Amino acid sequence: MNRRAIVSATLALGLIGPMLAGCSGKSANPNAVELTNVSYDPTRELYQAINPAFATYWKQKTGKDVTFRMSHGGSGKQSRAIIDGLEADVATLALAYDIDAIAAKGKLLPADWQKALPDNSAPYTSTIVLLVRQGNPKGIKDWGDLVKPGVQVITPNPKTSGGARWNFLAAWAYGKKAGGGSDAAAEAFVKKLYANVPVLDSGARGATTTFVERGIGDVLISWENEAFLAEKELGKGKFEIVAPSLSILAEPPVAVVTENAKKHGTTEVADAYLRYLYTPEAQTAIAHAFYRPRDPRIAEQFKSQFPQIPMVTVDKDFGGWARAQKQFFDDGGVFDRIYTAKK
Amino acid sequence: MKLRATTEGRLTQALLIALALAFLAFFLLLPLVAVFSEALKAGIGAFVAAIATPDAWAAIKLTLLIAAISVPLNVVFGIAASWAITKFSFPGKSLLITLIDLPFSVSPVVSGLIFVLLFGANGLFGHWLAEHDLKIIFAVPGIVLATVFITFPFVARELIPLMMEQGKDDEEAALSLGASGWQTFWHVTLPNIRWGLLYGVLLCNARAMGEFGAVSVVSGHIRGETNTMPLHVEILYNEYDFVGAFAVASLLAGLALVTLVAKSVLEWRFDLHSGAKH
Amino acid sequence: MSSTTFPPPTARARTWRKPSVLPGFALTFGTTIGWLSLIVLIPIATIFLKAAGMGWRHFLEVGFSDRALAAYRLSFGTAAAAGLVNAVFGLLVAWVLVRYAFPGKKVVSALVDLPFALPTAVAGIALTALYSPNGWIGQFLDPLGIKVAFTPLGITIALVFIGLPFVVRSVEPVLADLGKDVEEAAATLGASRSQTFARVIFPAIGPALLTGFAMAFARGVGEYGSVIFISGNMPGKTEIAPLLIVTQLEQYAYEGATAIAVVMMLVSFGILLAINALQAAGRRRMGA
Repeated sequence: MNRRAIVSATLALGLIGPMLAGCSGKSANPNAVELTNVSYDPTRELYQAINPAFATYWKQKTGKDVTFRMSHGGSGKQSRAIIDGLEADVATLALAYDIDAIAAKGKLLPADWQKALPDNSAPYTSTIVLLVRQGNPKGIKDWGDLVKPGVQVITPNPKTSGGARWNFLAAWAYGKKAGGGSDAAAEAFVKKLYANVPVLDSGARGATTTFVERGIGDVLISWENEAFLAEKELGKGKFEIVAPSLSILAEPPVAVVTENAKKHGTTEVADAYLRYLYTPEAQTAIAHAFYRPRDPRIAEQFKSQFPQIPMVTVDKDFGGWARAQKQFFDDGGVFDRIYTAKK
Repeated sequence: MKLRATTEGRLTQALLIALALAFLAFFLLLPLVAVFSEALKAGIGAFVAAIATPDAWAAIKLTLLIAAISVPLNVVFGIAASWAITKFSFPGKSLLITLIDLPFSVSPVVSGLIFVLLFGANGLFGHWLAEHDLKIIFAVPGIVLATVFITFPFVARELIPLMMEQGKDDEEAALSLGASGWQTFWHVTLPNIRWGLLYGVLLCNARAMGEFGAVSVVSGHIRGETNTMPLHVEILYNEYDFVGAFAVASLLAGLALVTLVAKSVLEWRFDLHSGAKH
Repeated sequence: MSSTTFPPPTARARTWRKPSVLPGFALTFGTTIGWLSLIVLIPIATIFLKAAGMGWRHFLEVGFSDRALAAYRLSFGTAAAAGLVNAVFGLLVAWVLVRYAFPGKKVVSALVDLPFALPTAVAGIALTALYSPNGWIGQFLDPLGIKVAFTPLGITIALVFIGLPFVVRSVEPVLADLGKDVEEAAATLGASRSQTFARVIFPAIGPALLTGFAMAFARGVGEYGSVIFISGNMPGKTEIAPLLIVTQLEQYAYEGATAIAVVMMLVSFGILLAINALQAAGRRRMGA
């Protein structure tokens, strides 16, 4: 009996021990706060620059210390983690659809969260551009060149990648305009475009790697900030950015996850953190990380860095993310149709 | 006495060895070489620098902790299960063995999801856990659970066929000589199964340290806190830090190799003591 | 989990199990069932529970759509192909490791466990780097018109990598335990080497080989991390079943994800059960 008790006690301890260790980690220092920022992949450098700056700013303003816990991953996956209980104080994701889901399915923030901060709660923007190999051997100037025979296009799978949805919508917008505004023409265009795609990576970063490291494809459809990164840091002088004649305004939104912040007593600092993103200092860091700043003065300063591209928006041209998701990317949507019809 | 027909001719032997080595070279060695060459692409300095970051250290410590918790749990279970299954006969044994195998047939994507459905904020026990301020998912216990689940069958799977073949004569003899159940286990069974057990522990350990899919779902990816080594590899890779990613990956492969070296040393010492294998 | 979950020792000789002089049935059987339920059965039941919540029609719609069927065919097909390759070469590797002496044997033996230790994503990246058209191996295959990366062939190669240790490590202990005396007996009775192998050795290691195949197969069906890098993920062509689960999750359709998971799990479980039953029957026939 004794042995038996020892065995079961060991088993029980093995599970419960770390459980207790897991929740006793919180510090009780009233002068220190901890903010959990759950973000998507490409923002690492950005928040690495902004977090210490905000910590200094907050210390000066309130005398309190703030430390950060950062989590990066695919936008949809991160959103699901928050819904399932990852206690993020702020969510900084790739598209509003993913934060909408946190509001709708997790009930962790109000449905009109996007009104809480200026500019649709998107302190930085980006757009979709085309990245080609040095010298542009296939002579790619615009979206229209992507459907030519013999051109290989790299873009991730919009069913698994948030970034790829922006790519798809940008291509759709061009196809619609070029085809005289009809949806049928737009669908025919994207169908032709995806027929030129040899690999559908599951995430945006995977697609960039396929293009850059594996040397597959003639053109990569990419976030502008990612294209700059690839051009400047992955292979200097190996790639060129081509600005298409029309693209889409990508607005990666930020939001305080109000229920979690309330629980942690971090509402005030979380809100200040996100508002800090709109200050000139943060906006400069944003431009350095190749995102387009919102602040007109900072934007003016970095004008030469970003090409002028006419842009459509999801809200005006696609009726918002909920509609776009349903129409294009959910099961049985346009994306599924262009693939099933091919057979 | 050496009979001609109990072994193959030298030529056949050489041929078979060559074939096996060629297969292994293509399917195992080349990927490993690719990993190491990527890791050392920028020189040994960059390799060391990539591993010596605080986040990498945190990931290494967490990975070792997870393995240290989940492997012993599965060892206790594995021994109990194989004792029950091989020393007694009862109906439904095949079903029980298959149930033990079940985690193999569950996609890692799903095995993470399972624990989210159980312990996530909207899961079956989510509400209760939140009320008592207990964290399982996106904390260490969730990662341990997912790892225990994934590595569940390894020890049992290694022991069951071995103990089945060994039968229960030895144990019965020991008992009839007046040994207690525990004495029989310690002095008769355990020495008999030590190699199988060691194999099981090694495989279980390697898999526990290397598991990616299931852990990725329940970890929350918080830097320096809930990132295991495989997750850290993915993060580095996604940050285009290829050297760092492959450096940590090769370290992980190295950790597994260390356990294998330990196994070889143990085998060698045992052989020295006991003269020959049973 | 407390000690009260184990049946008390007095309740030992159950009618449904044959009596035995060995002690510890209650303890070990209780631990097995308790731990199994806690870690495996109850968690897996939640998947079924979730899938049951969606209703039959929706379940069939998601679980058996054309796209899902194509994905099952791909996943089960490539896993079976990889399992067969592993059964043949895994047996060969185990044989060489157990029976022959050659320099560097220890290193080779250690190498076999590598697929367990390497994170699957790293394996996928490394394999893609090798087999993509500009990779170390791919560059030689590409001019021959052989495409590996982003085709079912690439998926199969990834699964061979993932599954190999299962076969080798299942066969190895049995082969080592198989005494030479039976082979010698066969030889003295006039059997040729190939006869000895076919009639004596193979039947003895058959069950272990089958176990290895089954485990490699089951693992391959569910594999995600290494495969997504090399598969190309083209809908209907190189889209594996676990990717469909992820796709469902991206739409926040947890139930749809569990529907596909349940179908995959039932098929894998059925195959494993059949193989285990086959082995049990084989053992009874052999009288072991």
